[in-house]
Amino acid sequence: MTARRSDAAGPTHKAVETGMALLIAAFGIIVIVGSLKAGITWGAEGPRAGFFPFYIGISIVAASAINLWSALRDHDDRLFAEWGQLRQVMSVVVPTAIYVGSMPFVGLYVASIIFIGWFMRWLGGYRWLPTVAVAFGMPIITYFVFERWFLVPLPKGPIEEWLGL
Amino acid sequence: MEELANLFHGFAVALQPYNMMLMVVGIMLGVIIGVLPGLGGANGVAILLPLTFSMPPTSAIIMLSCIYWGALFGGAITSILFNIPGEPWSVATTFDGYPMAQQGKPGEALTAAFTSSFVGALFAVAMITLVAPLVASFALRFGPAEKFAVYFLAFCSFVGLSKEPPFKTIAAMMIGFALAAVGLDSITGQLRLTFGVTELLNGFDFLIAVIGLFGIGEILLTMEEGLSFRGGNAKINLRVVLQTWRELPAYWVTSLRSCLIGCWMGVTPAGATPASFMSYGIAKRLAKNGKNFGKGEIEGVIAPETAAHAAGTSALLPMLSLGVPGSPTAAVLLGGLLIWGLQPGPMLFVEQKEFVWGLIASMYLGNLAGLLVVLTCVPIFAAILRVPFSIIAPLILVLCAIGAYSVHNSTFDVMLMLVFGVLGYLLKKCNYPLAPLVLAIVLGDKAEEAFRQSLLGSQGSLAVFFSNGLVSTIMILGLVALFWSAIQEGYSRLRTAAA
Repeated sequence: MTARRSDAAGPTHKAVETGMALLIAAFGIIVIVGSLKAGITWGAEGPRAGFFPFYIGISIVAASAINLWSALRDHDDRLFAEWGQLRQVMSVVVPTAIYVGSMPFVGLYVASIIFIGWFMRWLGGYRWLPTVAVAFGMPIITYFVFERWFLVPLPKGPIEEWLGL
Repeated sequence: MEELANLFHGFAVALQPYNMMLMVVGIMLGVIIGVLPGLGGANGVAILLPLTFSMPPTSAIIMLSCIYWGALFGGAITSILFNIPGEPWSVATTFDGYPMAQQGKPGEALTAAFTSSFVGALFAVAMITLVAPLVASFALRFGPAEKFAVYFLAFCSFVGLSKEPPFKTIAAMMIGFALAAVGLDSITGQLRLTFGVTELLNGFDFLIAVIGLFGIGEILLTMEEGLSFRGGNAKINLRVVLQTWRELPAYWVTSLRSCLIGCWMGVTPAGATPASFMSYGIAKRLAKNGKNFGKGEIEGVIAPETAAHAAGTSALLPMLSLGVPGSPTAAVLLGGLLIWGLQPGPMLFVEQKEFVWGLIASMYLGNLAGLLVVLTCVPIFAAILRVPFSIIAPLILVLCAIGAYSVHNSTFDVMLMLVFGVLGYLLKKCNYPLAPLVLAIVLGDKAEEAFRQSLLGSQGSLAVFFSNGLVSTIMILGLVALFWSAIQEGYSRLRTAAA
């Protein structure tokens, strides 16, 4: 799992900082728009629902403007991360997104077995035996701890239904 | 004297076999959480919170707070043996702890770390025992304006005390407030900021944010660094422990100073991480062999560990007495209180005596149990770290997903968790602090309610926040904290101009 490559290329810190400040400012604008919709004036029962968030939105935009300014003024060209490192990060984000997205349809258990198995087999390079052992072992332990002992229901899909769990 | 009787009653509660068992289970889980990368105190407690829904509140808080103590202890193990801080507050412990381990003194370093943690915690618990009831009875007189002023002070301290740029702290905090505002407005009953998305009707739950920001975000950071664990062996035997214990009293000045720094930083919501750095820095400057710091000085382990544990523990003081948590983990515990149907704040000391004093008593016992557990089980916990990250990572991700789902039994929350995770990774890399964001989500509704109620009373005039001595004092303290870095800079400029 060595991410350090010799070709040290990647997005600069400045670029990401700038993007982040803009993103947060955009969020602030959304908050302001939402507050205006809810009403920021005084109603019969005092300040209306948008009153408080309106000023929060204003603060977000103002703080981001200052952060943006200091990001642009910044002259250091450190890398935010190398592409190889970002690839490592994405190799977790993408499968996790698929895992999370499939959960409503196949349930938590099946999704977890596939997810753990994928992770160990392809990112970790393990043999099938330990991979299968962990991939099945963890959800089974989870089932007993959460559903049996602590009575916390977890999402189930068609296979669990077929097994009658 | 009434407090003493209450405390004894609390011990009776905490010493019930069921609660003792939960205490040990909590400590064990906590140490594991502290040792594993990606699972920290805050999100560890958040993930396990659903398990306590069916327990009596006192037992539940005992278990969860013990997880917190365990995590505080556990952070030191990885710092000393592997040079990997399991928790942000144990970064300063690596400076001298890891060199000690490499010089063949891991046992001494670990014993010093655990014992200092225990001392720091004990000091903080004693302070809570004495001070919390006073603060609570004082706070009972607070009206909405005073309540808002306390929140104002808490959030301003973040801006003034955190080492991140102040406007990034403000931006992060305001994002939290905005997220807290989404959904049903508690005063008018009107919907706001949902933009027609039905999933947002109930707003953002801070537990999901905690699990995503701290759990998933941390895993992504670890992936980026491409961690591989290499580390020394952990051997602790009784002889080493006793020998180290004989050495420790010589450093009582450092200990006491670190306790005080820790308590101060924990009560003001600066938290354990800055406390440990500050304590380390001051010890380095004042110690006789200060220039040896960083090469394996035992004092360099004592100072940060004592302060971190004192800060982590005293973070519960404002949570219990004012309803304002001093750290993200304390915020999660506060969220637990709300879920179990308890109202955090000064009334707890009046209405829920058994709960409060059971918790305080369990802090004494839990930390003692923690010390014994970590001293005896270090090799087992160190072995956990030898499990490769490509096995640990998916398991932690699955645990995070389970935790996020079981808060409201909603798969939408699990997706939200991932969004928060990516956001947490980016924010952390860009130097935005996460703690004020989380605290703002927790306290947003309450702060807003206090703000609007005060304005209602005053017909919209902001003068209500300066209408009497008490509220003015708190507000002015808040303003000083807010502009603290500017004040410091101005002062140093004045001095250079005068010189």
